[in-house]
Amino acid sequence: MVTGSVPPPRAAGRPTPLEERLRALAGAVPDPELPVISLEELGVLRDLRVTAPGRVEVDLTPTYTGCPAVEAMSADIERALHAEGVADVEVRTVLSPPWTTDAISAEGRRKLAEHGVAPPRPSGPGGPVPVQLAIRCPHCGSTDTTLLSRFSSTACKALRRCDACREPFDHFKELH
Amino acid sequence: MTPATTPTTRASAGPVPVPAALALGDDALVLAHRLGEWAGSAPVLEEEVALANIALDLLGQARTLLSLVGDEDELAYLREERAFRNVQLVERPNGDFAHTIARQLYFSAYQYLLYARLAEGDGPFAPLAAKAVKEVAYHLDHAEHWTLRLGDGTPESHERMRRALDALWRYTDELFRPVEGLDGVDPAALREAWTDRVGGTLRQATLELPTGPASDAWTAGGGRQGVHTEPFGRMLAEMQHLHRSHPGASW
Repeated sequence: MVTGSVPPPRAAGRPTPLEERLRALAGAVPDPELPVISLEELGVLRDLRVTAPGRVEVDLTPTYTGCPAVEAMSADIERALHAEGVADVEVRTVLSPPWTTDAISAEGRRKLAEHGVAPPRPSGPGGPVPVQLAIRCPHCGSTDTTLLSRFSSTACKALRRCDACREPFDHFKELH
Repeated sequence: MTPATTPTTRASAGPVPVPAALALGDDALVLAHRLGEWAGSAPVLEEEVALANIALDLLGQARTLLSLVGDEDELAYLREERAFRNVQLVERPNGDFAHTIARQLYFSAYQYLLYARLAEGDGPFAPLAAKAVKEVAYHLDHAEHWTLRLGDGTPESHERMRRALDALWRYTDELFRPVEGLDGVDPAALREAWTDRVGGTLRQATLELPTGPASDAWTAGGGRQGVHTEPFGRMLAEMQHLHRSHPGASW
């Protein structure tokens, strides 16, 4: 629980123990569209500040400008922090610096693959210019896969098919 | 749409120039609506999903831009036609699939170059531009791939793509006219790179850059001055109808 005492100020921008604990809670909130991965693993949680007793500001960055999941993420973070006794939670959406798929943690990538979503490849030349690294089928592991559509169930994914096991799958497409 | 989710950070302090925010925001909003009209009637399911995703990106951009200078819902749903500052290109009806792709090719190539320039600066549009330019790169890629498939496809698809490119060409000159308050970026400076990019794609697609006038001689002005083409009024009526009939309604 958050106590009524005045929180100690941050030393040189370092989060306080309370902030670290609350950030872990907010970061553990699952992504509303890909619940296997947490917001911390997705890399969209930018900062959490205790600005006054019982008052917290959270900085969240969208994967895509129009990502409709941002509203659900904000509500889920607020709920998680309210449950911990924080009375006043403000979730702010920040754009700078822009989110990239490199912000997805190694653990997040592993979970995506386990869930049947091919994780994004690491930074290359950038943009939709094909980076010549194979995209592996999350079902059978074959690198023999074909792009079906650049846009899939959400803006952040592309639709591919495995030419070995013939299964279609989502690929979390690169944004660098 | 809830104000709580609109981005709050800006690159620099100071007032955001209203004409530029409306110009960029309305371009994105109107094209998002037009692309949304394909929902339920696109040629194949994958394409329907793709067009809806592009529309969603554009809607996100529009919400951010309009929120910089006012209430996004009021600006989207309660302005009259003459108050919209989008270029006429984005309001043109979807037509056949080739028209939609030609419109997207012309516009995404422009938006990509414009946002890349804005992202380099430190003005009020830089954060959004830096974010959105990555999304627009995918829109442009999508339009270019379809242009190649249609242009270098069957005689029928080639002919339809050629007709669409010709029909929309007259709306392209407006893209390069000055916009007040655009972080010092002059759209005219983008024309050469735009012509190279679009022309290169068309040559690969066995098509050519249209040779007709890039604007209409008789035009009384352009979308940036609030002068719009006839189909825009009908589009706006449909877009605003629900909000105007049921003010304040929510899900």
